[in-house]
Amino acid sequence: MSSSRVSRRTFLVASLVLALLVAGVASYYASSHPDGLEHVAQQTGFLDTAEDSPASKSPMAGYTTRGVEDERLSGGVAGVVGALVVLVLAGGLFRVLRRRQPEGDT
Amino acid sequence: MHVPDGFLDAPTSIATGVVAAGGVALALRGARRELDDRTAPMAGLVATFVFAGQMVNFPVGAGTSGHLLGGALAAVLVGPWTGVLCVSTVLLVQALLMADGGITALGTNVTLLGIAAVGVAWLVFKGLRMVLPDRLGVVAPAAAVAALVSVPVAALVFSLLFAVGGNAPVAFDKVVTAMVAWHLVIGLGEALITGLVVGSVVAVRPDLVHGARSALRARPLEIRQSA
Repeated sequence: MSSSRVSRRTFLVASLVLALLVAGVASYYASSHPDGLEHVAQQTGFLDTAEDSPASKSPMAGYTTRGVEDERLSGGVAGVVGALVVLVLAGGLFRVLRRRQPEGDT
Repeated sequence: MHVPDGFLDAPTSIATGVVAAGGVALALRGARRELDDRTAPMAGLVATFVFAGQMVNFPVGAGTSGHLLGGALAAVLVGPWTGVLCVSTVLLVQALLMADGGITALGTNVTLLGIAAVGVAWLVFKGLRMVLPDRLGVVAPAAAVAALVSVPVAALVFSLLFAVGGNAPVAFDKVVTAMVAWHLVIGLGEALITGLVVGSVVAVRPDLVHGARSALRARPLEIRQSA
């Protein structure tokens, strides 16, 4: 078993590629129906209390990229950029928080 | 289940903001014990994967959809405190960059999806792991059950918040019944995705799964050559 073990680096790179494919490609095929909360809000009558987010002018509001006409590309770029921003923020935070192992053992 | 601005009144949003800030502060302390050189990059990837997974809404019938929340997934893979931080980072980026979930509602969303969902998922997972045999094969099914429970619990907490500070006069029983029922169905999708992803990681690199640690320790030691 140990000989067939996937190296940590391979595992991490493969996971990142998978995450970017999900955010950049698979997301195009996501259901566009309202989600559970939105549906319930509509059904029980409080959906109209929702307000536009102050961030609705963001160039990537609604998981679309402003200025990119092609729907698939627009959503794909927003997904990949969003995923990379999360990676940088969360990865940076966890790097700061981690216990360091001076032995350099991986 | 991203709450937009306007659903909850200002006092409730401020209260959930305080709860969220307190929870994140505790998580920042707790995560130090969970993260080391090996698991920190993994945790960054888990946050990225949760963001990606949340983009893929799946249909659950009657013109309604749901998507992964990722609380159970993150808690089992990288630990509950780090899981809170993973989901909270995702929510922050979604609110600021994608306008998904409100800005004044960010505290509410962190409370629901970052703290309640992750916390309940971890409690259910730990409970199952204590009752069931300490084996690697148990990890993914336990994570799936934790995921299933976490979604309607978050929906229940939203319903309670709405009863306290909802901006529209809708009866609590109507909201809670519909919220919990729909999110029980969405929880099935959450359970499926969580079980598959956790099962895959356990199959390939169980040593990188926080929730599998005790099961790994229970196995006899083997000598591995470092490549």
